[in-house]
Amino acid sequence: MLAKLRIKNTALAAAVGIFAILFIAGSVMYPNFLSLRVLLNLLINNAYMIVLAGGVCFTILTGGIDLSIGAVVAMTSMIAASLLRSGMNAYLVIAICLLTGVVFGTVQGLLIQYFGLHPWIVTLAGMFFARGACYLISVEAIPIKNQAFYNISQFKLYLGPGRFISLNVIVALVFLALCLYLAKFTKFGRTTYALGGNRQSALLMGLPVARTKILVYTFSGFSATLSGLMFTLYTLSGYGLNANGAEMDAIAACVIGGVSLYGGIGSLFGPFIGVLVAGVIRTMVDFQGTLSSWWTKIFVGTLMLFCIVLQAVIVEREKARKADAQQKKRKKKEPAPAELAEAKS
Amino acid sequence: MRETPTVKKGDVVLSMRHIAKYFPGVKALDDVQLDLRAGEVHALMGENGAGKSTLIKVMTGVYERTSGTVTLHGQDINPKTPQEAQDLGISTVYQEVNLCPNLSVAENVYIGRQPMRFGQIDWHRMNADAVKLLESLDIHVDVTKTLDSYSVSVQQMIAIARAVDMSAGVLILDEPTSSLDSNEVAQLFAIIRHLRDQNMAILFVTHFMDQVYAISDRITVLRNGRYIGEYLAKDLPELDLVTKMIGQKFVDANTQAHRPSKDYSTVRFVRMEDISKRGLVHDFSMAVRAGEVLGLAGLLGSGRTEVAELLFGVTHFDDGVIYVGNDEVKRMNPRKALADQLGYCSEDRKVSGIVGDLSIRENIMLSLQAKKGLRRIPLKKQQEVAQKYIDLLDIKTPSMEKKIGDLSGGNQQKVLLARWLATDPKLLILDEPTRGIDINTKREIENLIVKLSRQGMAIIFISSEYEEMVRTCDRIIVLRDRHAVGELTDNQISQDNIMKVIAGGVAQ
Ligand SMILES: Nc1ncnc2c1ncn2[C@@H]1O[C@H](COP(=O)(O)OP(=O)(O)OP(=O)(O)O)[C@@H](O)[C@H]1O
Ligand SMILES: [Mg+2]
Repeated sequence: MLAKLRIKNTALAAAVGIFAILFIAGSVMYPNFLSLRVLLNLLINNAYMIVLAGGVCFTILTGGIDLSIGAVVAMTSMIAASLLRSGMNAYLVIAICLLTGVVFGTVQGLLIQYFGLHPWIVTLAGMFFARGACYLISVEAIPIKNQAFYNISQFKLYLGPGRFISLNVIVALVFLALCLYLAKFTKFGRTTYALGGNRQSALLMGLPVARTKILVYTFSGFSATLSGLMFTLYTLSGYGLNANGAEMDAIAACVIGGVSLYGGIGSLFGPFIGVLVAGVIRTMVDFQGTLSSWWTKIFVGTLMLFCIVLQAVIVEREKARKADAQQKKRKKKEPAPAELAEAKS
Repeated sequence: MRETPTVKKGDVVLSMRHIAKYFPGVKALDDVQLDLRAGEVHALMGENGAGKSTLIKVMTGVYERTSGTVTLHGQDINPKTPQEAQDLGISTVYQEVNLCPNLSVAENVYIGRQPMRFGQIDWHRMNADAVKLLESLDIHVDVTKTLDSYSVSVQQMIAIARAVDMSAGVLILDEPTSSLDSNEVAQLFAIIRHLRDQNMAILFVTHFMDQVYAISDRITVLRNGRYIGEYLAKDLPELDLVTKMIGQKFVDANTQAHRPSKDYSTVRFVRMEDISKRGLVHDFSMAVRAGEVLGLAGLLGSGRTEVAELLFGVTHFDDGVIYVGNDEVKRMNPRKALADQLGYCSEDRKVSGIVGDLSIRENIMLSLQAKKGLRRIPLKKQQEVAQKYIDLLDIKTPSMEKKIGDLSGGNQQKVLLARWLATDPKLLILDEPTRGIDINTKREIENLIVKLSRQGMAIIFISSEYEEMVRTCDRIIVLRDRHAVGELTDNQISQDNIMKVIAGGVAQ
C-alpha cells in the first residue's frame, strides 16, 4: 500500500519537502506555530483556493490555461449576494451559481475548440467579462444576511475541544478526492493527460479530443463557481474586487505542485500541496506580524520564487541521477556480442 | 460495433475509388484508387510527396476527402475522425509520432479502450494485459514506465503493438520501419505475416525496396498524387517499380568510384580526444579532416548520436578535449559550434528539428540566420538560398512560403538537410539524414555528400543503413557499447566488415 503512495513526481516530492521544511522553520521561529489550530486554519483559509487550483489544473494538464477563474469567483459572490438579497432560497442560489459556472466554462471551451482560439485569449476575455458582470450587478459590496446561507457558513465539524474545520474544508477535501479520482481512474482524466502529452497523437490515437478539451473548461468553470461560493461563505458578502489575481495564485499553486505548464505532466495532488506551501508562507508572515502588507507581498513572492528555483534544482539533480542509474542497468542487460552477431545475420 | 463479416483470403475488404484530396494550392491526390484484400500485404509505393500518407489519412478520417468513395466490406464509409475509423476496424500506425511520451507504456497501448471495473479504469488489469501483449510480440519493457524512457525504435514497436491489438480487419502501417533496426524489422515482419495468415488486410508503406519485396503480395504505385497502377509484387522487378515511381528510367549510377581519392588535405579539422560523458560515451577519440566523409556506424544506442551531440555541444562532456582547428575547446555549445563553422543535422526531426509553423523558407534560413546574428538577411537573398536548395534537393512544394508542417515526411527531412547545407559549414554532422527519403533522392543526397566533401567540407555521416555508408564514407569508425571498437579504411569498407566489427570480430 505504501509503495503505491510513493510519489513519482520529483517536483511534487520536493514541494512536499518544502512544505515540511517551512512548517518546521515556522515552528522553530515562532512559539505557537506548531499546533493543530495553525494547520486547521491553513485549511480553512485556503479551502476555496484548493478548489480553484484543482479545477484549473485540468486545463493546464491539457496544455491550456484558464485565466477567468479569479473573476468568476468574484462574479459568483456577486450573483449569490444579489440573489440572496432579493430573497431567493439559499439552496436554489447555490444551484444557480454552479450552473452559471458550468455554462461559462463550456462556452469558453467551445470557443477554444471550434474557433481554434488560444486559451489565453478566450479566458482573458472571459476574465474581463466576469469582472465586468460584477460591476453590472453592483459597484459596491453586497453584504449577505440570508439566514440559511449564514447557517451553512457557520457549520463546524469539531475534531476536539476548540478544534474544528468548516464546511469549506470538507468540501475542499471531497473535491480534492474527486479530482484525484477523475484524473487517475476515468477515461476523461487520462485523455486530459494524453492531450497535454501530444495533441496530434491523441487525435490520431482516436481519443475524443474535442470533447475532452471542452470538458476541462466546463470543469474549470464549475470549480471556479464552487470556489466562489466557498469564498462567499467565508466572507459573507459579494464584491467585484474579490479574489483579485486569484487565478495567478491558483496557477502558481499548480506550478509549485509540479504541474508542467506545457501540459501532460503532474498530479492533482500538486495544486493542493502548492496551495499549502503558499498558505504556510503567508501564515509565517502573519506570525511575524510587523511586515506591512506591501512587504508581505514581496516576501511571499520572493519565497515562492526561491521554492520554485530550489525545486527546479532538485528535479534536475534527480533527472541526472535517474539517467545514470538507467544507463548502468542497460549496460548489465546488454547481450553478449556473440549473440548480437547471430541475431544480425 | 466491430463485427467483421467473415472474409476469405483474396476478398476485397476495403476499396477506394476516384479519391481526390486538394489542399490549398496542392492536388495531393487526384483520381486515386486502392484495393486492400484479405490475407494480403499491400505495399503503397511512391516518392516523397506522392500522396501515400494523404491517402491513408483520407481513409482513416484525419482528412476529409474532396471527392471519391471508400467502401468497407461493400458498404460506403466516411469516417470523420480516426476514432470512427477505428470503430470500423481500421487501425493505423501513422508516419508521424503516434503516442504520448508522458503516459506509461501500458497506457499508450490501451488508452481510449482501457479495461474498466466498477466504472473505473482497472490499472492492474491494464498493466497485466500490456505485459502479455508486448511479450507475445517479443517486446520486453517495463510497462509502467513512461514512454519517453524508451528509444524511438522501441516506441515505434509499441505503436505497432497498439495498432495490431486493435485491428479488426484492416491494418495500416505508414513507414513503420524507418526507425527500426534489422532485428526489429524481422520481428515486425513476423507479426505481419501472422496477421496476414489470419486474413487481415494490411497496407504497408516504406522506402526500403528490400522490405517491399520481402513482405508484400501486391503493390500500388502513386506518382505526384496520381494512380499509376496495381501490380503483383512477383511480376514487378525492382527496377521497373522504381521506374514507375519516378516516371523515368532509374539509373543506379553511383556505385562508388570516388572513394580512394586520397588527395584530401591532411589538416585535421576537428579532433576529439578521450571524450567521455558519464553513461553516454567512453574515451572516444577521432579526427576528421577537411574533404573527407567519416562514418560512425553501430547499432541503435551504440553511442553514435551521443558522439554527435557532444561534438556539437548539445550535451557536455565530462572529460577529454575537443580541438577545432588548433583551438582547444573546453566546453562546447551549439552557438560556439555554429561560430566555429560546424553544422548538425539531427536525427529526430520531430523533436529537435523542424519548426512546424514556420514556412519552408524560414526553416531553411534558421541556422544561417542564427550564424549571421541579429542582422536580418535580406528577403531577396533568403529567397535565393531557399530556392537553390528546393531545387537541389527536389523538395516538392508549390511555394517556399508553405508551412513546413504541411510537407510530406520525406520532404520535411530534406528541408532540415537544406538548413544545414545553407550555412556552408566546414564540418557537417549528418545523423540519419536520409531517413524516410525515397530511393531516388537518397542517391542524390549521397552524391551531394560526396561532392561537398570533395569541395573541402568535412562530413560526419551517421546512418543505420550500412549500404549507404559504404557508398559514401572514406573512413568508418564503428561503435559498440558507447565506445569505438574499430576503424575501417579504404577497401576494408564493406557491409560485412561493419557487421563483423559490431559483432566483436575483426575486419578483413
Ligand atoms: N496538411 C497539408 N496541407 C497542405 N498540403 C499537404 C498537407 N499534407 C500533405 N500535403 C501535401 O500533399 C502532398 C502529398 O503528401 P504526403 O504526405 O501524402 O506524401 P507521402 O507520399 O506520404 O510522402 P513521404 O514519403 O515523404 O511521406 C505533398 O505535396 C504535401 O506537401
Ligand atoms: Mg508519408
